[in-house]
Amino acid sequence: MSIFVDENTKVVYQGLTGSQGRFYGLRNRDYGTQVVAGTNPKKAGTDVDGIPIFASVGDAVDATGATASCIFIPAPGVRDAVMEAAEGGIEFIVVITEGVPAHDEAWFYNKLKRDFPGVRLLGPNCPGIISPGKCNIGITAGEIAKEGGPVGIVSRSGTLTYQALYELKTQGIGVTTCVGIGGDPVPGTSFIDCLEAFEADPETKAVMMFGEIGGSAEEEAAAFVASSMTKPVVSYIAGMTAPPGRKMGHAGAIVSGGKGTAAAKMEALEAAGVKVGRNPTEAGELMVSVVREHGWV
Amino acid sequence: MDLLEYQGKEFFASFGIPTSEGTAVTDVDAAVVAADAVGYPVVVKAQVHVGGRGKAGGVKLANDADEVRLHAGNILGLDIKGHIVRTVWVEHASDIATEYYASFTLDRSAKKHLGMLSAQGGVEIEAVAESDPDAIAKIWIDPVDGLSEQTCRDWVAAAKLDPASADDVVALLLKLYTAYTEGDADLCEVNPLIITTAGKAHALDAKVTLDANAEYRHEGWDVYAATQLRDEREEAAHAKGLNYVGLDGSVGIIANGAGLAMSTLDVVNQVGGSAANFLDIGGGANADVMAGALEIINRDPRVKSIFINIFGGITRGEEVAKGILEALERVEITSPIVIRLDGTNATEGRAMLEPHLSDMLQSQPTMLDAARRAVELAGGRS
Repeated sequence: MSIFVDENTKVVYQGLTGSQGRFYGLRNRDYGTQVVAGTNPKKAGTDVDGIPIFASVGDAVDATGATASCIFIPAPGVRDAVMEAAEGGIEFIVVITEGVPAHDEAWFYNKLKRDFPGVRLLGPNCPGIISPGKCNIGITAGEIAKEGGPVGIVSRSGTLTYQALYELKTQGIGVTTCVGIGGDPVPGTSFIDCLEAFEADPETKAVMMFGEIGGSAEEEAAAFVASSMTKPVVSYIAGMTAPPGRKMGHAGAIVSGGKGTAAAKMEALEAAGVKVGRNPTEAGELMVSVVREHGWV
Repeated sequence: MDLLEYQGKEFFASFGIPTSEGTAVTDVDAAVVAADAVGYPVVVKAQVHVGGRGKAGGVKLANDADEVRLHAGNILGLDIKGHIVRTVWVEHASDIATEYYASFTLDRSAKKHLGMLSAQGGVEIEAVAESDPDAIAKIWIDPVDGLSEQTCRDWVAAAKLDPASADDVVALLLKLYTAYTEGDADLCEVNPLIITTAGKAHALDAKVTLDANAEYRHEGWDVYAATQLRDEREEAAHAKGLNYVGLDGSVGIIANGAGLAMSTLDVVNQVGGSAANFLDIGGGANADVMAGALEIINRDPRVKSIFINIFGGITRGEEVAKGILEALERVEITSPIVIRLDGTNATEGRAMLEPHLSDMLQSQPTMLDAARRAVELAGGRS
């Protein structure tokens, strides 16, 4: 099995007619994702390489039964695009767009929680989600992931996720689902949401969690692992040598007022029984040994 | 984007928050003109992106033009924790009866806005949080609801502020919340928020951090961008639109993706070296971006070796290799380069680099191997 998305997930791309949306939308379809629609109020009735374009997400849902959306809209339009998706009946909204103002994020996160509690938001500023062999929504290169499990991956960083997928694949280890939660201050889906889903998923036997400096999401995840996880978790935290007070590429990757350091996160995770690698390769090796020890491959 | 105090006050004033009248100046004569205009006594305040200005002698009271001349002369050029003062703010001195503290920021854990209010102002809030946490009244505000007047009034009462000035403080806090939200700030802090001897609430200081992601919807933020604290390398990288942070080590870093770039700094450190910079060139690695990145790194006198750490995802290895080779044709590199190219079609990419390998361009199969080699070439820890 997989979490959040699978072969039955039908996806509408908000921004499919733009260059990025088209590129990744078509790539996702080539991978096998059910890309059933795109939206653009000015181009309703046209198509992108056979994928029908609708005026709104609501129209697309009515016509195609889409349950997920993938947003490639430029940052100024993301707030409206997220609400349009939720109001249109979408259950799983993935926002790839980078550079969304923090106040917009905080607003639509809370608005969804209140008015659309059944809707899951992933991102913004995330690489998306892939359940290898079934569904790939976003910008992850599908070919670097091996299908089948037993590992689930959750990460704040895109490239580190790719690296983890690739290293596991070269060792012959598959992945149930790989979730990129993104590097922004208010991610729609948290580490804990993913850990909880992986814990409940029978095919996921172990979880790889890649964090980074800033905020306290890793510490909260550590507390969750200690209290509620039976499956082994392996982790890596990026940014051990990052200078305080500087945003390291991601809007949320900042050590401020001595809080959010990699050392504190690693300590919390280790105290919760998580195996923590000092670099991504070491974390990959730790996961390989966990999987081999248990005879999962 | 951190604002200097005077910019923060202008920002506050644009939302109707009472601040002291003043002028930002860069020389002594202008300071005197400014002081004459606002009326004595005045306060001359160093404008730097660092706290602890008062202790460092960067804030002085002046009763006449001679004192302004003396203090402005001393403060301009002063080194405060490594920050040289280039600008001073001259404002009319306030008659202070009481000092409070107020701030709004995002609580990333609660995913709500956090307001903090304390009757103990004028000192570092971290110190108050440590010594007397109950002296800080906190409220969590749902961004969808915003801050109502009643909630604000209850909050002021909870902080045990003087009831006599409550109306004025509530009015200021509501404006401060508007400045924080509509102004797209990551942080709005007033410390101290004073009550004057006339009983009026007033922002005596301003600490504001703006969300650079929201720049597109605010006119005039380019003024703030121009005064950001950047060294020459960061200035040059910023001009090229590169995601760059200057550091003190000797290994220049180019990586794709923020996580991988951070990780690259860590690995260089683990094998005994230190990075000269953080540089994320983003998902793809086309020749233009790579050439721009190499130019910036190459110009840095600290750099003794360059570590290019690329993981090909959507961008395939041969495209990355092509980008690197094209960039090398355009930029004359003075430090040896170590490349680690992995991911999609890495074998093809490495094969393309193969004929060009030399002492100045080396390839290593893994991130750790490449880090070791780069640190070796840089002569170990700098």
